Amino acid sequence: MEASRCLFCFDAPCTAACPTHIDVPRFIKKIATGNLRGSALTILDSNLLGLSCSRVCPVDVLCEGACVMHRYNKQPIEIGRLQRAAMDWFYAHNPSLPVAPENRAKRVACIGAGPASLACAAELRRRGYPAVIFDRNPLPGGLNTYGIAEYKLRPPDSLKEVELVRSMGVEFRLGVEAFAKIEAIECEFDAIFLGIGLGPTRRLGIPGEDLPGFIDALRFIADYKTSSIPVGRRVVVIGAGNTAIDAATAAKRLGAQEIHIVYRRGEAEMPAFEYEYEIAKLDGIVFHWWTQVKRIHGSESVESIECARPDGTIFNLACDMVIPAIGQSRLVDFLARCRGVEVREGRVVINRETGQTENRKYFAGGDCVNGGREVVDAAADGKRAGIGIAQWLEADHG
Amino acid sequence: MADLSTLFAGRIRCPNPFWLASGPPANCGDQVMRAFDAGWGGAVWKTLGEPIVNVSSRYSSVDLNGQRMMGLNNIELITDRPLDVNLREIGEVKKRYPHHAVIASLMVESRREAWHEIVRRSEDAGADGLELNFGCPHGMSERGMGSAVGQVPEYCAMITEWVKEVARTPVLVKLTPNITDIRRVARAARKGGADGLSAINTINSITGIDLDTFIPRPNVDGLSAHGGYCGPAVKPIALHMVQQIAVDPEVGLPVSGIGGISGWREAAEFLLLGCQSVQLCTAPMHWGFRIVEDMIDGLKNWMDEKGFRTVEDFRGLSLPRIQDWKDLNLNYKIVARIDPDTCIGCDLCYIACWDGAHQCIHIDGHASPESFAEASRRRIATTPIPKLDGVAENGSHKTPPERIPCVDEDECVGCNLCWLVCPVEDCISMERVETGLPAQSWEQRMGSKC
Repeated sequence: MEASRCLFCFDAPCTAACPTHIDVPRFIKKIATGNLRGSALTILDSNLLGLSCSRVCPVDVLCEGACVMHRYNKQPIEIGRLQRAAMDWFYAHNPSLPVAPENRAKRVACIGAGPASLACAAELRRRGYPAVIFDRNPLPGGLNTYGIAEYKLRPPDSLKEVELVRSMGVEFRLGVEAFAKIEAIECEFDAIFLGIGLGPTRRLGIPGEDLPGFIDALRFIADYKTSSIPVGRRVVVIGAGNTAIDAATAAKRLGAQEIHIVYRRGEAEMPAFEYEYEIAKLDGIVFHWWTQVKRIHGSESVESIECARPDGTIFNLACDMVIPAIGQSRLVDFLARCRGVEVREGRVVINRETGQTENRKYFAGGDCVNGGREVVDAAADGKRAGIGIAQWLEADHG
Repeated sequence: MADLSTLFAGRIRCPNPFWLASGPPANCGDQVMRAFDAGWGGAVWKTLGEPIVNVSSRYSSVDLNGQRMMGLNNIELITDRPLDVNLREIGEVKKRYPHHAVIASLMVESRREAWHEIVRRSEDAGADGLELNFGCPHGMSERGMGSAVGQVPEYCAMITEWVKEVARTPVLVKLTPNITDIRRVARAARKGGADGLSAINTINSITGIDLDTFIPRPNVDGLSAHGGYCGPAVKPIALHMVQQIAVDPEVGLPVSGIGGISGWREAAEFLLLGCQSVQLCTAPMHWGFRIVEDMIDGLKNWMDEKGFRTVEDFRGLSLPRIQDWKDLNLNYKIVARIDPDTCIGCDLCYIACWDGAHQCIHIDGHASPESFAEASRRRIATTPIPKLDGVAENGSHKTPPERIPCVDEDECVGCNLCWLVCPVEDCISMERVETGLPAQSWEQRMGSKC
């Protein structure tokens, strides 16, 4: 029904708005005709992470935000929901993707098993290049598996995409610190893709950060999704980005009775998307705007958090858990070991069309390049880099 | 307030021109009475005639973009109830609803005595008129009845004559569209003495095939048979055939219009082409008898708005507006104009004009749709990073000027295609441009050259 509402725009704005440029009208038309396999392959052709993107994409600022229906005062086509339908059908019906029949001699390593590397490795397999993905975590999928709120994307769905990539012939070496073995990797492979993402949550640099009960938001969400984790009765989350909201809503699901979000700027400056904010409000989370965290109090573990308002007033929030979500640090040390890869403001500098870095053997994409954006941005980067690597290996390298 | 009361063929009176067509909704007395209670002006009873046996299933349909039953197909035969019961119920309905029209639809084997008998018994039961079913295209036609009669003008004239030998009430002949020229049978009906015509009956059809079992629908134990097609999809065909018989000087009979009517708008169209009443079947099968409320209300409001007091005030008004192509003015020129303020930038008009028409809608700076699409591909080859590239994350909801197409009015042939595909109401308008030339038809142009 919804599929037949799509106007089938020529040179559609939704396609331009999608970082991976999925041919949206084409995949929707295929749903309308009942050609679900064709629809799914149209999506995956542009975006290997079509399944997770259909669940986590901020569609109102991407494809659905660009829908021409807005200009006709009509509801935009529910592109995200339609994509989810096509993806769910695909993964329920023997998912597989074509790969090139022959294996080429040149091999590529992808560091990090997150969306960027998955997209890159799949693209390389389509072109016949052997690819190996390294990750230090026991489970592949990167933040899709560990870092995105459970209600948006469950680990099994993230792992379905990983399995699809594995079925294309990509090798996974998990639990491996590539950081320590970069020289060996350089020797073994002809090109290296850095899809390493970002580091742990930044430190606040305030007293009390080492007390038990103080836990990095990404660690907290990862544990929530992949194992069991105790939660405090009263929880304070620092920061108001999407990760902060994910952590706060996860704490709610785990049974915290009182949840505060403390943010140094105002409601209008909040980086979280509107619908994330709505979910947080529905969960009864209390927001403290224009509030700076001064110190964490506690003798053996976290007991309260001291905050300051711009007018100088100081107040304490009693709590037994503090979750900082103020953005991830840069993996500067790692990048320093990748010789010749230029890093500016903590970001890897690349040729934006090919993903190639200053060291021509290295390519990069995803959060380590863009500073931390959506899954779909990483998928787009990975795909471009995959094509870039294949072209470089073919032309420059025999 | 407009008055819908109707007098068909000068002798059949009813409160409005809306009749149930002969079919499942007019299968029994209870249905017909409930329909009259809902507001229907008349009913043509499900065809009485030879004993038959029906199959299961019987119907299949064509859906379009979520709209169910755009077209309906059936392989049901005439009534499978005993004749005595039907006749008794016709009598009861007439007794309780003396001011509504009850027409008996008839179909028996092609013997004079058989027709005489069914005509007498129907009229004795109280029918206000008779409709000879020479149109049913499936099942009965294999036994020499229905459209088997309606496809041969001589048979049609002969049986109409037989009926007229004994009939006391008006006789309508129901025509089949499954014929090259419907006027030939209409003229034969007139020759046989018919008092009116009903048109059209259903169109031979196979609605579709199940792509898993390869069995066409409707499926009767693994087999299917062609059926009769009706519903909204057939309206344009019905309107054309009604117009043909309405203007034919050798026909000259009152017409009850049938085919794809689902509300007052379509009813008004058939009346504008000269029909004295209209008949519906698919629509009440789809939504029930209650739809007649809006048909009455809507038609009356429209008539009030247009200043028509009775149906006679506008009946046939559009007939003079349909002429042969050779009479159309070759010097009339319209062009498409796109309103940039309401254009939403879907560019459907652009690609339609390029691929499906005359290549006269353009996007600035691009020689073809391919170059436009290629430019877009180049523009989106990388993903902007807002913090690095300084681009706004949120686009406004205004159509970017580079997506608003423009019409080359010198090249535009005024074909209407862009206007038809545009999803926005009143965004594209077709406007007249002065050619400075006097009206001239093809016939006049060719004549002046001789």
